[in-house]
Formats: sequence, C-alpha cells, structure tokens
Amino acid sequence: MRTERRAARRRQNRTGWAMALPACLLVFLFLITPFVMAFGLSLTNQRLISPNPTEFVGLRNYQRLLGIGFLTIDPITNDDGTIRVTDGETEYPRVRNFTRGNPDYPHLDRMREWFRLGISDDRQFVVLARDVVFIKAVRNTVLFVVVVAPVQSGIALILALLINQKLRGINVFRTIYFAPVVISMVVVSMLWRFIYDGENGILNTLLGVFSFGAIEPVSWLGNTSTALPAIMAMSVWQGVGFHMVIWLSGLQTIPQPLYEVARIEGATQWQKFRYVTWPGLRNTAILVMVIITMQAFTLYPQIEVMTRGGPLDSTQSLVFQAVVRGYEKQDIAGGSAISVLLFLFVLSISLFQRYLTRERD
Amino acid sequence: MGQVLLKSVRKSFGNTEVIPDLSLKVPDGSFTVLVGPSGCGKSTILRMIAGLEEVSSGSIEIDGLDVTYKEPSQRGIAMVFQSYALYPHMTVAENIGFGMILAKRPNAEINKRVREAAEILQLENLLDRKPKQLSGGQRQRVAIGRAITRDPKVFLFDEPLSNLDASLRGQMRVELAELHSKIGATMIYVTHDQVEAMTMADQIVVLNCGRIEQQGAPMDLYDGPETPFVAGFIGAPSMNFFEGPVASQLGCDTLGVRPEHIGLGDENCTLEGKIRYSEQLGSDTMVYVQHEVYGQITVRVEGSRKLEIGSRARLLLPEEFMHKFRGGRRISG
Repeated sequence: MRTERRAARRRQNRTGWAMALPACLLVFLFLITPFVMAFGLSLTNQRLISPNPTEFVGLRNYQRLLGIGFLTIDPITNDDGTIRVTDGETEYPRVRNFTRGNPDYPHLDRMREWFRLGISDDRQFVVLARDVVFIKAVRNTVLFVVVVAPVQSGIALILALLINQKLRGINVFRTIYFAPVVISMVVVSMLWRFIYDGENGILNTLLGVFSFGAIEPVSWLGNTSTALPAIMAMSVWQGVGFHMVIWLSGLQTIPQPLYEVARIEGATQWQKFRYVTWPGLRNTAILVMVIITMQAFTLYPQIEVMTRGGPLDSTQSLVFQAVVRGYEKQDIAGGSAISVLLFLFVLSISLFQRYLTRERD
Repeated sequence: MGQVLLKSVRKSFGNTEVIPDLSLKVPDGSFTVLVGPSGCGKSTILRMIAGLEEVSSGSIEIDGLDVTYKEPSQRGIAMVFQSYALYPHMTVAENIGFGMILAKRPNAEINKRVREAAEILQLENLLDRKPKQLSGGQRQRVAIGRAITRDPKVFLFDEPLSNLDASLRGQMRVELAELHSKIGATMIYVTHDQVEAMTMADQIVVLNCGRIEQQGAPMDLYDGPETPFVAGFIGAPSMNFFEGPVASQLGCDTLGVRPEHIGLGDENCTLEGKIRYSEQLGSDTMVYVQHEVYGQITVRVEGSRKLEIGSRARLLLPEEFMHKFRGGRRISG
C-alpha cells in the first residue's frame, strides 16, 4: 500500500518535471547561460573577433570602469610668487601633467577629468575618472531613473484614478492612454525625433504658435541641456499607460464599502484618497516602483534611435554603452562588465526598495 | 427624534424597477427589521436611507428633515456593513475614531469617545490591534463601535451577522438587542433571516419584489399574516399550505397551518398520511408526513418522540390555528 503510494507520487513528480522542462530549458538557454557567460567574459580580455588567445585578467575591466581619482590643484605662480593671470583668467597647470606618466601620481595614471569645483579662492578640486564616458552613462541613467520613476508612476496613478469611473465612453480614454504602450519604442523614438526636430519640429511649431513667436525654436535633441529631459518626457509618455493599468487593477481590489463608510463619515475627496485609496494601493505601489526602476535602468532604444549618446555624451546610458563597447568597439569583455554592473545596480536597488517597503508589524 | 419616513419612494436601475412605490414609517427609537428573500430590494431601501443610493423619485425624511438630496454624512445616520468595512491598515482605535480623525477633532476627545464606545462593546483590550488579528465577531463589534461614535439618530445595519457562524450570530443578536435598549436610537436592520427579525425587532417589515407585504410587531405577523407570502416567510419551519378540498370546505382557496399547531395521532383527525422522516431535536421532534393529495406536511411535536418511518400518521388541524387566504389575502376570522 505504502510502496504503491510512493510509486504514484514518483510518477506524478516525473510528469511535473517533464511539463516544466521546456520552460526550464529556455530559461537556462536564454537567461542563465548568457548571464553566467557575461560574468565570465567580464573577467577576461575577450574581444569580439581577435586572433589573440583570451586571457584571464581578474577585475581589471571593473577597475577601468569604476576607477575614480581626486586631485587638488593650485594656480601656477610666477617666479615672484604671484598668481599668473592670462587674459583675466587664473592659470592652472594642465591635468595631463598629473595623469600622463607622472611618477608622483601613479594612481591617477591615464585618468581624465570628469568635472572640477572651485573650493577656495584659487584652489580647484578636480574629479577624475578612468572612464569618463562610462561615469557619465551611470550619472545619466541614475538621473533618468530618479526623474522617470516618480513622474511616470505619479502620472500613471492620476490617469488610473481618472479612468476608474463609470462614465460614458470611458473606454475611449482607456484606449487612448494605453495606445503608446503597444507601439514599439523604436517607432515611438522615430516619431518623436520629428516632434523634437530643431527646424520644423511639431513641438517648436506649437510653442511658436501658442507664444505668438516669443519662444524661439530649440533643437531639443541637439542641446546638452535639453536632450536628456526630452528623452525622459518621451519615455514617460510611452510607458505611462502600462503602469496606469497596473494601478487600475490595484484600485479595483479596494472594496467599495470602504469608500461608502468614508462617505458616511464625511470624508473629502482628498481624505478618501489619503485614508482609503493610498493605503489600499500599498502592494501595487511597490510593484509599480520596482518595475519602473528596472525598466528605466535598461534605457536603450530611445538613445540608439534619437541621439546615440550625444550631444557631448549628455545622453549616454549604461545599456547603450554596453552595446557600443561590445559590438561597435568589439570589446565584449568591457560590454559584459557593464552588463554585470547594471545587474548589480538594479538588484541592490530592488532589494533596498523591498527593505523600505517591508511589512512592519 | 429619529423618525424615518419614506414617501412614495421609487428606485430603478436603468430599465429595471427595483422599488415600484414604497412608503414606510419607522417610528423614533424603534428597532425595525426589513426582511425578505434576496433581491427583494431591502438593501436598496437601506442604502437609499443612508444616501449611498439616489432615489428615482419620492422623498426621505429623517427626524422631520427632508434629506432626499443630502450627502450621507449630513443625514445623521451610521451604517454597519455585512463585510464590516474596516480599514485594514488602521488599528481598532483608529477605525472606531475614523470619523473624528477625518473631522480633525482634538486627540483627547477622540480617545475619550473611542474608550466609551470600546467599553460598551467590550473592546478595551483590543484597541491597538489590527482588524486582521480579530475574530469575525470582534470585527463586527468594531464596526458597530465606529457607528456608535457618530452618535447618529438612526443606525442602519446591512445584514451584519451574515458572515458569522451560528453560535456567534445568536450571541450578537442578544448584544445588538441590548445595545438598542441601552442607546435607544432608531435602528433599521436588513436581513433575510426571519429568526433575526423575530428575535430583535419591535417592528418587522416583510418585503417581496420591492413591495411591503406586511408590517407590524413580530407576534402580530406570526399570528395574523396578511398574505400567504408572509405566512410562509415568518416562522420556522415554514407554515404548511393546503389547497383543494380541505380549503374549499372552509370557504378559502389556501389554508395555512403552522407545523407547531398540527396535532399528531389524534382520534378525530382531519388528514392521514405516511411518515416519511422524522428529526429528533431533543426539545421537540420534526415529523415529515407524506399525504397523497397535499404532498409533504411538516409537523412539530414537543419532546423527543421516536416514530417509525413508513407508519401511518393521523393529523389534526385545529380550527383556532388555521390561516385562511382567498385571492392572496387573509380572510378575517
């Protein structure tokens, strides 16, 4: 009797595994293998095509990417000890003097200037990076996440609240808000290039018309100060519908009597949101924040289609850099190292978010 | 102070008319139970009194004031829901004091009123808990506590005991009845359970398809049901109905006799049938007798009686306990 039951269970187990096998195989082939390979490759000097044999280089790729140095420089003085000023500007020694084979500064060797700050009257504090483009990509990506995550989720929530009503024709609005989600990001990026165009772009035309010509045309994607914000705005627009749907599903799980009690107790619209809606959306909020953060970190097609990292690296992103290194510069090892770092960023941020939003009881 | 008046109230959802034309008076301080089968519109009536549902026409007065178009919060009512409708993220104290928190009352006042309500409902030790840490009965008490702190003229209960198990339901019935005598406010209570109606109400309103079949004190409805529907709905087990020769001999088309009024094993009997089944409940015994013409007849006899299934049973229908109906109405006498 017992052996029979055990045999039956074993048979069941076997069927279960057989059914899960195709999915497991695909996950292994397309998720686990590439990840392990990327991690492995990031520790070598592998190139896409190279006659040289692959060598293990340890953490060198990571050191190259993350290497940061600091330097404080004093103005150049004349022989008499006074500060040398040329054309009204204080002259400083060139950073190259410290970073190119200077035996006194071996740790700064081959670094480049990222930015500098004036700390006192004359002294300047220079931040150097071994890979300035990568550091800029990190900065832009983080900035993108920090702006897009709250803005996108906030607008998505407002839209969800608006369409969560019983109104005639509400489905028309739901469709309109959701439509951009089903369009490929590549297509969206192409279209928005026309919108943002500096000469005949729709945005410039509209701004010109509504301000009666007061606003001069701007080359939205050609300007270091407007390129990244322009891409952010477009990305928010494209993805907002998706998160709206998630918010909507969360809104519809809140039982109606909770709102009815609030009505009886005389709650204002704001109080209903504050005491009923928002607490009821807790789990949805966590989900939305984690998804948006992860999506935002993988910023790529917009950059590829619209700016390719420019102008002046103002729109470099981590994934774009990974692709450029891996395929255009054929530095597969460097690209892999960026992917691994991206994974670690996203993982640690997700864990941190989980920690912040944990159940406190 | 808390009289509720419904004047020619109608309600329709789209083309479906739920309440055709209903007028009802709930006297001040009464415990009125609206009872009826599901879908009879009793919850809709309650929600219209609360202001959660708009009336299609007609008017509603509470305490002499026309509240037909007033917001729920301005009607002087409090409502207790079947699902309790507690806020899961708030403690018991916050749930009870929710209305005062919204109104931004001072903390000292909130605490005092919450304590008072908690004392009435024996919730003092649970004030810091969250709803999910409470039993069903405790949750319902919290919901009632929230209603008490509103100090309403009228309490509205929408099937508040339906989610509780049988023994707890019995206990809560007693507690609610006590609460009513303690507070003295008008209470309107919706249920489909006639036991709740019989035990708690001082006025029962029996509803059927959005119409009032009959209203009155529980025993008046039990003793003198105006229609076969009321006769069948009030009292458990349900009244036996006879149509055909037995009824026409007595000059009616439907004759009703309650199971507890039928005599068993008497010599000068009216009807004879075969015992199909009997249930011994200890205090009394339910006997299901199969009759060739009238079908199944339920008889309730006192005490524990062991009866053989399949044996003949003689039934006596006493004249004084007969309910005679013609054309769906009671014939006097």
